[in-house]
Amino acid sequence: MTASPSMPIMQVEDLHMAFKRPRSAFDRLARKPMQIVHALNGVSFTVARGETLGIVGESGCGKSTLARCLVRLYEPMAGRIRYDGLDVLKLQGSARREYNRRVQMVFQDPYGSLNPRMTVRQMLAEAISFHRLREGAAVTARINELLDLVRLPPDAAERYPHEFSGGQRQRIGIARALAVEPDCLIADELVSALDVSVQAQIINLLLELQQKLHLTVLFIAHDLRLIRHISHRVAVMYLGSIVELADTETLFNAPSHPYTEALLKAAPELDPARRSVIDAVRGELPSPLALPTGCPFHPRCAYAMDRCRIERPLLRTRGDNHIAACHLQDTALVPGVALEPSNDGSAQGLTADSRRRFNA
Amino acid sequence: MNQAPAGGREPLLSVRGLRVAFGTPRHELVAVDGVDFDVQPGEVLGLAGESGSGKSLTLRSILRLVKPPARVGGEVFWRGRDIMRMAQAEVRRVRGGEIAMIFQEPMSALNPVLTVGMQIRENLEEHTDLDGAGRQARAVELLDLVGIPASKSRIDDYPHQFSGGMRQRAMIAIALASNPRLLLADEPTTALDVTIQDQILKLILRLRRDLNMSVVLVTHDLGVIAQTCDRLAVMYAGRVVEAGPVADIFAQPRHAYTLGLLNSVPRGGALRQPLSSIAGQPPLLSDQQGGCAFAPRCPFVVPECAVAKPPLVGIAPMHDSACLQHRKVAQR
Repeated sequence: MTASPSMPIMQVEDLHMAFKRPRSAFDRLARKPMQIVHALNGVSFTVARGETLGIVGESGCGKSTLARCLVRLYEPMAGRIRYDGLDVLKLQGSARREYNRRVQMVFQDPYGSLNPRMTVRQMLAEAISFHRLREGAAVTARINELLDLVRLPPDAAERYPHEFSGGQRQRIGIARALAVEPDCLIADELVSALDVSVQAQIINLLLELQQKLHLTVLFIAHDLRLIRHISHRVAVMYLGSIVELADTETLFNAPSHPYTEALLKAAPELDPARRSVIDAVRGELPSPLALPTGCPFHPRCAYAMDRCRIERPLLRTRGDNHIAACHLQDTALVPGVALEPSNDGSAQGLTADSRRRFNA
Repeated sequence: MNQAPAGGREPLLSVRGLRVAFGTPRHELVAVDGVDFDVQPGEVLGLAGESGSGKSLTLRSILRLVKPPARVGGEVFWRGRDIMRMAQAEVRRVRGGEIAMIFQEPMSALNPVLTVGMQIRENLEEHTDLDGAGRQARAVELLDLVGIPASKSRIDDYPHQFSGGMRQRAMIAIALASNPRLLLADEPTTALDVTIQDQILKLILRLRRDLNMSVVLVTHDLGVIAQTCDRLAVMYAGRVVEAGPVADIFAQPRHAYTLGLLNSVPRGGALRQPLSSIAGQPPLLSDQQGGCAFAPRCPFVVPECAVAKPPLVGIAPMHDSACLQHRKVAQR
């Protein structure tokens, strides 16, 4: 169940992805069971044309795996991705290449994602000619246009990646993605390797390009301030699931999932007058090798009740364009109200309605 | 700028004219260029700056951890004595003893082939008079202090068995073993997730209060500074460009760079508006000219900025700035 904006261009349904952990010969002889990392556990959302969807979460929450699944760098194990009417996971050959032209990814590491032995011109020309978008002299014209678009000097074309600073390299990464005229950009931690003053330049560039080229953007980051600044809607991920998805201001002003609340509290605010001395959330991320039963957040949640340990909460509507997966809200209780644990495995204080849903 | 700032208290640590240079004397690359600051007893001083601003080198120079070919000059007074002129044996007593340090990457700072307990006991052996049993008991106590659950059983774990946050806690436990008066923290939370960062910063603040330590916290994150530090020194291209109480600087920055830095951070309410970024790139060490290093990127620049490096001068009580245009900056 997802909050559905008008005219979705991308629809993701119940995406699952798991990785097998390599076993040593010794493990096999000892007949140790195969360990499986559950990276995505049923992720569903939609993205509207021209919108920016922010995806935020801590390391290991599956946000980068999600990005890689969306461009089919990983083949998801189950689920469906629809893009503009296409069933993405079934695409083959030229149709798949065409999809990968339309949906481009920009990577996090400006040092690792550019081929050190190719000049900027070679990189851009490779992308353009691979998709047969321009020929002959038009390629050069297009390269100049791209460099101008990302505000690099025209002489940058003949230089190698090592001659550029981190911020300039991210500009090259963006130019390479834009070279093939995509309509959707997936930006995975686009600016997290950059200094603050350079971050702002790249964010401004992205905002400007999005408007100019009518791009749809999936902006994946761990920095809540950036996510808030750039996104129309925000999805919060925790251990491979979306736990809350809402319009940006709703999510930041009235979070409805305790994890979102904890994330917002933990993010250091720029106002020295507003300090707290209490930890925003206790404990650490559980191992994705052994996910907790019930709600994945319950071992760290201040409001956890018995039901949270048993039953996994589903994403439910909380208001306009606002969904969250938390039993607490299902029972119509506000955070801070303590529940008496009961013996029959369910929590007391359930409303008749939520008990019906619980039993159904 | 060479005297202690107002307040009248005797500073715990005074850094005067600290300079770190690389390269040959003819082609000198000056990474830290005449840094002055004081650390008062019990305070948390933040050193903020972008990569390459010299903040980590400054911190490491305090403990003489910067080795040749780097050339380190200046004075570092620790309770009245100049660390730069101490004999090696004396430095070793101060380093890890009275002044402890924690690093950004706990995995590479911890020894991977020794258990966490052994690494704590090693420090206890060096800096305390406890016997073997006493050291073991103290090591468990320290792990409890930094919030490692089941400390008795985890003390025999190796660093790789700890998560990132737990490793940072273990490193803090090692640092605390010698009852330091001053903790130097070099980006202690940069490698951590935001909820773990929050826990570690609050742990450091709690320890500062309970153990009456001073802390120097190096970070590039202004949010971390706002939430943890009492005073702040902003560094740019190897120099302190502004220093003062955190509340004052955040309310009214008096250096063009600090203003630009604060404005670069997105705040709530300005949804999808362009951020006021600082144009250009931080300067390379190799192409520094005579004047203010920030002048090429500065929107307030005047011709005088290119003449000489502006000195750090007092412009308000306890508030120093090295900006010729600090009045104009303050009006923004």
